[in-house]
Amino acid sequence: MEQLTPETLIAVFEEIFGGPLFWGMVAVAVAVTLAYLYVLIRDRSMSMHKFLWAQLSMPVGAVAAVVFVLAITHSNMRDIGGPIDVIVLLGVAAMGAVGLAILVYTVQSLFRGSQQTD
Amino acid sequence: MTSDNSIHTSRRTFLGLALGGLATAASVRPAPAQRVQTKARIVIIGAGAAGTSVANRLVERLDGASITILDPSAEHLYQPGLSLVAVGLRPASYTQSNTADWLPKDVTLIPEAAAAIDAEAKTVGTSDGQTLSYDFLVVAPGLVLDHDAIEGFSLDMVGSNGIGALYAGPQYAAKTWEAASKFTEDGGVGVFTRPVTEMKCAGAPLKHTFLIEDIATRTAGAGKHEMHYAAHDGALFGVPIVSEKVRMLFGDRGITPHYRHVLKAVDGGRKIATFETPDGDTEMEYDYLHVIPPQRAPEVIRQSGLSWADKWTDQGWVEVDMKTLRHLRYPDIFALGDVAGVPKGKTAASVKWQVPVVEDHLVAAIEGREGRAAYDGYTSCPLITRVGRAMLVEFDYHNNLVPSFPGMIAPLEELWISWLMKEVALKATYNAMLRGKA
Repeated sequence: MEQLTPETLIAVFEEIFGGPLFWGMVAVAVAVTLAYLYVLIRDRSMSMHKFLWAQLSMPVGAVAAVVFVLAITHSNMRDIGGPIDVIVLLGVAAMGAVGLAILVYTVQSLFRGSQQTD
Repeated sequence: MTSDNSIHTSRRTFLGLALGGLATAASVRPAPAQRVQTKARIVIIGAGAAGTSVANRLVERLDGASITILDPSAEHLYQPGLSLVAVGLRPASYTQSNTADWLPKDVTLIPEAAAAIDAEAKTVGTSDGQTLSYDFLVVAPGLVLDHDAIEGFSLDMVGSNGIGALYAGPQYAAKTWEAASKFTEDGGVGVFTRPVTEMKCAGAPLKHTFLIEDIATRTAGAGKHEMHYAAHDGALFGVPIVSEKVRMLFGDRGITPHYRHVLKAVDGGRKIATFETPDGDTEMEYDYLHVIPPQRAPEVIRQSGLSWADKWTDQGWVEVDMKTLRHLRYPDIFALGDVAGVPKGKTAASVKWQVPVVEDHLVAAIEGREGRAAYDGYTSCPLITRVGRAMLVEFDYHNNLVPSFPGMIAPLEELWISWLMKEVALKATYNAMLRGKA
């Protein structure tokens, strides 16, 4: 590969997930991020109580992301063949973990409100 | 008690971060090059990977040029996808799109084939009798599959009685899977071939062998299939270090190589394939036979006097300089893609590296200077070894490995990431290349 432009990268992701699923996931990610920013600005602080629940959900997010990516790429855990594969897989897991943590934190903040005591 | 165990955030921090991100994104945009004013008439034969990509790049570089592209096929094929169609991982439609959709509006598409090329008079005659004059000609019609060269074989045999032929196009690739899937379920003897001529993606015959072995073992279990690979010469791949690696993998997977075996005839009724070998003809029984026919330059190229006179005389590839892809006798003609008479590079990945070279020399010629870009034979083959694994093999004219990601993606290691590149990233990069973007 000679050049890797942002356009190419977007096209790669569209190819992996299919256009509607990819852009749907982007929309969800943007919505969750905006909601997260909204609650952070609204509350002016991070609640460690909610953050604990968010942390506890991380392993679930990690496993779910790995299972999802393997399924969508016709792959299996036995295909992991070298260090770079492990790194990519850990990256996928990390993204799933962080994504779910942010989601859990945001959902708690939105539905339980900022008044809750820790 | 929120203040002790809380992290404080502020609007200013967010705005700062957001501005920083925007600034970074803005700074990586490349500056557009100055367009060259010209009245040059450029004719491109073929709207495949090479022709389409060249057309898109020339439109970006030239202002006022008249660019005409000739292709009788309304359908553009993403040929690297055929390997996946032939093992049931993708539908035939995965490889199909409209030729016209990829072309810029400033380019004139004539849906006809080139019927005659007169390099002295600088004209191209079309199949409907039009004559186009050119100042520069880009020859990229691809190649033809010579199925008739194999006695007893015809394309209507594909898909039934254990015969596959994935090169023949999307429908035939899908039919190949019909025959191959039956073999993977029932077991038996699988025979995989390749032609003696130069060919598109010399890794594809190996990929098909590896994939069918993998799927067969998963479907019916080990020990029910006997796998044979017929190589045309004494190696399994043109690059020696890759050939050795494939030999070892074949050993591990129980695939028997047969060297210097060239498919000559098929008896579909008796299920027997006849091979030409240095010791005379030899027959092999099969339950599944994968046929890849000899490949040659299109007739119009071979009749036009553009081919090499002393090399590949039975195949007719265009006589070009291997570094600049410029015709050795007619400097206003370039050839790239499958039809180019160079020792390596009949793959889409090669086209990606050939296109900027042709663009550079063509634009330089219009400006009256010498181009500087050189093609060194770069060819890439994500050599799939299992569903889920591949080796990202990249090499050049000198049979050197030229990995794109040295130290990260080992070329001779079976990796999941290399599979991801073939299965998901390749088509996206290919499409970007067609649009002249990569």
